[in-house]
Amino acid sequence: MLEAYAPILVLLAISVLNAVGMVVASHFLGPIRPTPVKRSPYESGITPLGDTRERFSVKFYMVAILFIVFDLETVFLIPWAVSFRTLGLFGFVEMLIFIAVLVVGFVYAWKKGALQWE
Amino acid sequence: MNIDFSSQIQYIVALLPEVLLTVWAMLILLVDVFQKEDRSEPSSPAIAWLTLLGLLLAGAANLWLLTLREATPTGVIALDGFRVFTNFLFLLAGVLFVLISTRYLEEERLRLGELYVLMLLSTVGMMLFAGTRDLMLIFLGLELLSVPIYVLTGANRRSRLSAEGAIKYFLLGAFSSAFFLFGIALVYGGARTTNLTLVAQAIGVDGLRANPLVTIGMALLAVGFGFKVAAVPFHMWTPDAYEGAPAPVTAFMAASVKAAAFAAFLRVFLTAFPGLYDTWGRMVFWLAILTMVVANLTALVEPNVKRMLAYSSIAHAGYLLVALASASVIGAASFLFYLVIYTLMTIGAFAVMVAVAGRGEEWLDIESYSGLGWRQPLLGVVMTIFLLSLAGFPFTGGFIGKVFILRAAVEKGMNWLAVILVLTSLVSYWYYLRVAWYMWFREAPAGAPQPVRTPRAMTAALVAAAILVVALGVAPGGLLRAAQDGASALLQAPAACTYGRSPARGGGAGADVCHLTPRRPLG
Repeated sequence: MLEAYAPILVLLAISVLNAVGMVVASHFLGPIRPTPVKRSPYESGITPLGDTRERFSVKFYMVAILFIVFDLETVFLIPWAVSFRTLGLFGFVEMLIFIAVLVVGFVYAWKKGALQWE
Repeated sequence: MNIDFSSQIQYIVALLPEVLLTVWAMLILLVDVFQKEDRSEPSSPAIAWLTLLGLLLAGAANLWLLTLREATPTGVIALDGFRVFTNFLFLLAGVLFVLISTRYLEEERLRLGELYVLMLLSTVGMMLFAGTRDLMLIFLGLELLSVPIYVLTGANRRSRLSAEGAIKYFLLGAFSSAFFLFGIALVYGGARTTNLTLVAQAIGVDGLRANPLVTIGMALLAVGFGFKVAAVPFHMWTPDAYEGAPAPVTAFMAASVKAAAFAAFLRVFLTAFPGLYDTWGRMVFWLAILTMVVANLTALVEPNVKRMLAYSSIAHAGYLLVALASASVIGAASFLFYLVIYTLMTIGAFAVMVAVAGRGEEWLDIESYSGLGWRQPLLGVVMTIFLLSLAGFPFTGGFIGKVFILRAAVEKGMNWLAVILVLTSLVSYWYYLRVAWYMWFREAPAGAPQPVRTPRAMTAALVAAAILVVALGVAPGGLLRAAQDGASALLQAPAACTYGRSPARGGGAGADVCHLTPRRPLG
């Protein structure tokens, strides 16, 4: 049974050798003449300003969390809509309950001011 | 009413207390957010009463569950005495939590409404965790129980300790959930079902049919449970999380979360793995010994009363593991009995700690208890009762509970466990009675808040819990009978359906999992 996986193993070995070989070869063969411009993170991009580890407003997280909620809602709604006929009344009621629960959360977040930017 | 899960309505009927509590929690969330004019306004105390009302309603629904009868012992949602018993326990812990926490949360300017909603949702999780017979639903219950507790632990946003405890608890909790889930996957891989009763049938009575996958899966499940009940060596998070959490939340975590995890532990292992008792019995045996010894010895040198009570709750997990290791009707009954006593005395002791700690939880050191008994006799007396019961002094519930656990262990021939239980209990007298000694035989320190203020609701809860602890120590009969009913419901062999029985037609999908065709042989 395991023999069936032998080609995959060979492929894996070849690809690892290939990847490592290229890096090692370029390290030894290629000429290295660094200049300040070449060593910058984005050689032909904009010069970076300040630190990347910057604090930013918690509001972004709020939006992200709310996005996940509605993202998941879509994930459920689309398959449900596709098989609406086979699920019948039960599926309909079930989805109503699901959305009702989400709406409670949404109303809470709204009232709490999670959607206000200022 | 006969419940066979043939229609969707029956699921709702069987889950009535849980459904009620969930709807109630959402209602409270909306009421809380709409009754305020301004967002920064604190919640009105009416929210606390509304929460209590919801818990009482769920209690009534739970009582009504007794009128239902299950068609098969494989139903996804259990309708046995065990579930009703444990549900009442969780609701009781919820009521006590509300009574002891209202004033504290207001003083610390924590958000009453949201915290009570989270507590209710966590209670629903506990009920699902301990009351269902399918590993997937049990996992759902575990997550629903844990996630609100993580938030509750970090509820005090102004405290670094609270944040630290919460993040520790969350990371390790997520880790242990992963273990648990992997265990479920392996058990499913080996037994080809997630239904506890059917897993037991796939394993067979003597465990000879068990696939090694099932054994490993079972061990991983034990790790998940061990984490939630804070058994040594999975207890590292406990002191930090308990110390960081707002004090009433700590009481709730120590009592309720642990009770739920233990109840689910008992149900899963007694229902699904009785055939593998030789394996897990030994495992639980060593867990119990380690837990009792390590926790009691650490508590000895702990001057901070909040942390001392955290170690004490770990030690009690050890005693309960002894009852679990004995895996008999008397063992399970003593287990349930002790869970009730444990919930009462733990919440009681933590509540006194909440009162003494005062604003900002400044007074956690044992010195703060000096002279408390003479200054405030009521508080002193109830705290002494709780401490004596925790230690296992005669005429308290804690004593009777330990005696029953000892009997179960000895009957199973586990004399070593019994000996260690007695010895570690004796050790525990030292650190419990030390607090009592400070209360009655020491002068009050200068600058301590005098008198310690206890709101009326908390006093009522304390007195009721203390009376119950003593009453159950003197006359344990009624509760013990209820515990025995609950325990025997769990240990009854499912005679109604045997492995490989011919499939019966009819009934909806998933209605009668008992009559599925025999599974393909493994391998």
